[in-house]
Amino acid sequence: MSISDRVIAIIAEQAVLEPSDVTPDSTLEDLGIDSLGLVESIFAIEEEFDISIPFNANEPSASDFDITNVAAIIAGIEKLVAEKV
Amino acid sequence: MKRVVITGAGTINSLGHSVPDTLEAMREGRCGITELEFRDVERLAIKIGGQVRGFEAEGRFNRQQMSLYDRFTQFTLTAAKEAIEQSGLVFHGDLAARSGVVLGTAGGGVSTWDDNYRSVYEDGKNRVHPFVVPKLMNNAAASHVSMEYNLKGPSFTVSTACASSNHAMALAFQMVRSGAAPAMLTGGSESMLCFGGVKAWEGLRVMSKDACRPFSANRNGMVQGEGAGVFVFEEYEHARARGADILCEVAGFAMSSDAADIVMPSKQGASRAMAGALADARLDANQVGYINAHGTGTAANDKTECAAVADVFGQHADDLMISSTKSMHGHLIGGTGAVELLACIMALREGVIAPTIGYEEPDPECALDVVPNDAREAKVDVAISNAFAFGGLNAVLALKRI
Repeated sequence: MSISDRVIAIIAEQAVLEPSDVTPDSTLEDLGIDSLGLVESIFAIEEEFDISIPFNANEPSASDFDITNVAAIIAGIEKLVAEKV
Repeated sequence: MKRVVITGAGTINSLGHSVPDTLEAMREGRCGITELEFRDVERLAIKIGGQVRGFEAEGRFNRQQMSLYDRFTQFTLTAAKEAIEQSGLVFHGDLAARSGVVLGTAGGGVSTWDDNYRSVYEDGKNRVHPFVVPKLMNNAAASHVSMEYNLKGPSFTVSTACASSNHAMALAFQMVRSGAAPAMLTGGSESMLCFGGVKAWEGLRVMSKDACRPFSANRNGMVQGEGAGVFVFEEYEHARARGADILCEVAGFAMSSDAADIVMPSKQGASRAMAGALADARLDANQVGYINAHGTGTAANDKTECAAVADVFGQHADDLMISSTKSMHGHLIGGTGAVELLACIMALREGVIAPTIGYEEPDPECALDVVPNDAREAKVDVAISNAFAFGGLNAVLALKRI
């Protein structure tokens, strides 16, 4: 599975949706993921890829990690995975 | 109904090892938050906290006591000693039989759990010390206080996360007010500053890596602290008859449950607790001069709390002072309300309002007089102390000058 598919699978599981329902331009709000769900998703993604995502729930916009929509999240994770190697 | 007064106070926290030292630090707006020091701290993302420094258990407690006293119990006994000595009370006979101890803690002996899990999981040992259970149990501190001072009345421990101390003090207040007990030892303690204790909080992603800046627009989360606050709550006539020095009156309290979300605060729940405490104390909102805020420094708490204050106090919200001393001593979780009650006592008794330090940028969502950075002199007749816990459990105490 590609990074994109793996991230979508995690987000879909959090949102209790089928992966096919999660599109690149979906926002977390669209998917019904609240702040607690977001923190859980980030944890699951960190575990999946063995990376650390810079994210503070107090200032999501100030974090380097963009959570605007699913595409932004995937791009951020691809970058972190690439930096790891 | 009896009137209830405070006749003794004790503490240990990152600002000081006694009430006078702590109040001096609050007056000066000193910060007790520093780089954490303990095993494996380098594996944490969050490396700051309000850690108690220069506290040597060796010398204070003997070897047998050390094997039974987790750090949260050590803190409790240290604070209880100061409070009882100040009160001048000696418990014997009927007074001892009817007086008890109600204390708050969220985690109890967290470092005892941590040390012993490490020992069996990481170090592969197959045997732990025989007193692990009596050392880590949440009621250990209350029990040791009862044994040390011969308190044989109602004694137990309350655990409601960040509101534990306020819930405990509210229950102790009720017992004295109802006449069930002539005096109660109450307050709370917490000692979570160990690898496992901080790692668990880190997971929630609400912790600041640099400072606790309540109400400031650039706040970025909470900072943990540790320590204890213990008070002697005493029936007013009992205190007067023996000529005790009365620090202030506990006038009322209220508790409420948001019944909404396990971590997000609710304006309605907070408002109901504040308004309820004033109603219980038969006080008018306009009489309140100072609020010791829950003020954790998270995005969610501070704006919700300010909105709740605006709801309850209306126009008067702009005239009263509200500060968060967590900016100085950190968030003592289950012990926090107890240490913060000291700021209320200082406001009522000395006319000094503890500041919210680290305040850098006004936040339109927290547009109240948060006593930024410098303590202030002001005459205050009534103060309230807020605690709003994870789980949506709120407890507010109302205090009066006497």
